[in-house]
Amino acid sequence: MYTGTVKQNRRAVIFFLFPAVAALVVFFLLPIGESVIMSLLDYDPLKGFSAIKFVGLENFKRLYTTKDLAIQFRHVLYYMVLYIPLVLMTSMSQALMLNKDFAGKKLYKILFYLPVISSWVAVALIWKWLLNGKYGLINNWLMIIGIQGPSWIRSQVWAMPGVVLAAVWKDTGYYALILLAALKGIDKNYYEAARIDGAGAWQRFKSITMPLISPTLFLLVIINVINGFQVFESIYIMTEGGPAGATRVPVEQIYRNAFTYYNMGYASALAWALAIVIFSVTVVQFSFQKKWVTYEG
Amino acid sequence: MKADRVVRRILFYVLISIIAMAAIIPFLWMLSTSFKAREAIHTIPIRWIPKEPSVEAYTQIFKLSNVNFVRSIFNSFYVSIMLTIIPLLTSAMAAFAFAKLEFKGKHALFSVFLFTMMLPGTITMIPNFITLKTLGLLNSYSALLLPALCNAFAIFFIRQNMMRISNIYIEAAVIDGASLYRIFWTLMLPLTKPVLFTMGLFNFMGAWNSFLWPLIVLSNRNKWTLQLGLGNMGTQFGNYQHYLMAGSLISIVPIVIVYIIAQKYVEEGLATGGLKG
Repeated sequence: MYTGTVKQNRRAVIFFLFPAVAALVVFFLLPIGESVIMSLLDYDPLKGFSAIKFVGLENFKRLYTTKDLAIQFRHVLYYMVLYIPLVLMTSMSQALMLNKDFAGKKLYKILFYLPVISSWVAVALIWKWLLNGKYGLINNWLMIIGIQGPSWIRSQVWAMPGVVLAAVWKDTGYYALILLAALKGIDKNYYEAARIDGAGAWQRFKSITMPLISPTLFLLVIINVINGFQVFESIYIMTEGGPAGATRVPVEQIYRNAFTYYNMGYASALAWALAIVIFSVTVVQFSFQKKWVTYEG
Repeated sequence: MKADRVVRRILFYVLISIIAMAAIIPFLWMLSTSFKAREAIHTIPIRWIPKEPSVEAYTQIFKLSNVNFVRSIFNSFYVSIMLTIIPLLTSAMAAFAFAKLEFKGKHALFSVFLFTMMLPGTITMIPNFITLKTLGLLNSYSALLLPALCNAFAIFFIRQNMMRISNIYIEAAVIDGASLYRIFWTLMLPLTKPVLFTMGLFNFMGAWNSFLWPLIVLSNRNKWTLQLGLGNMGTQFGNYQHYLMAGSLISIVPIVIVYIIAQKYVEEGLATGGLKG
């Protein structure tokens, strides 16, 4: 470690840390307290400070009595139930393929990865158009095999599955990349030994691959749950929470309440409810992990 | 035995090509639509190659009265480059202090930085809006830049790389009379180039694609980034899908170029834990 006179060292430490620490305090630490206080207020920033009212837990009560919270959470849970198994399957199959050596791998990787690097705004617009009830590609293809497709984004039943399709398409390559890194970490000797013992491909996958990448899979489930609770761009661009509120989700509602209706108190209460739920679910997930995650000794 | 292997190889390529098709068909659909005229987009059956290709969309989106598309492209480049370089520098500075300098409360402070990674953005979003409004910084790019100066993810990874640099170099430089500022600039930064490059790419892509925070702090149309312009086009021109697809295509191209040039770094950066998705 460095050296030099104590005085010079201290001045240097302050210099190097100042910008990051200042931003940390102003934009991350103080806001935690500010947000708690705001959740207890009736606060419309357009009306000035005199209109601020202290309402105690009224905002939280309203979350409960209006059923807003329950409805939004039902929607994100539905989203996750569809999205997580699907995206894990698609990314797993991509990762298994990319784990082999073959000519043109680099090109395939680029193709798989294009959706990941594209912005959500562009992806949402593309998928909204793909899922167009009448002129969209998906329904026209369904028509070929004799299925009359739904009107997706305009249907209360099919809007969420439509968003999920777009999200699975966009995120598959990303999770495949993480799974691929985990697959590469598996010692090839395990497979050799299993092959000598006469284990088939499925056997090897089930008894070697799955247990050895289970920590990564577990991590992906956690990340997906945390991200799933916070789904926003896809919903905001594709459905705007509709039709008839069928895809209202917490972050989209926090945004709308805070920046469209200027109910900043209510929006802060919703933000805290969301944070607490995410935190609790993560803790519960970690405590259950021993049941199915295998860590190498 | 050999024939069996060939069949398998072919099957493998068929399968992986099907998956690749699934990944690129939506892009081809975007490309195809963007070169259609207004009547051609609402025609069944679908023609992948338009009968009369049209660049109508590409000329019209630059003439819209309520979205200045040219300006938003320029803004996006400006904002993304700024949000790449400046936060990278402040993160590298903090990383240097955490990796190589001794001070009281170092570990505690570092833990606080790591904690911010777990804090949902929705908690800080509203207070930060109020703070920036009070400072009169709404509708300025400082509103995007200032919160980005604290980037725990970058600090963490740059610090890890800096810790691997032997102290012998630093001590030798000190004996030669170099100040810590000089050591940081001429020794630490060059020695950590790869990780700086990876994090820089990461910042650039994040800034280019970011939507929610700019949406909150930039209401002035002249300040809009490409994503905001595109999002607004989506609500204003819902039925002009050729406009939207042309706009989407333009917004994707720069990031694809960056990706193809720096494929290795982009993949590394995301795999090491760009867990925000």
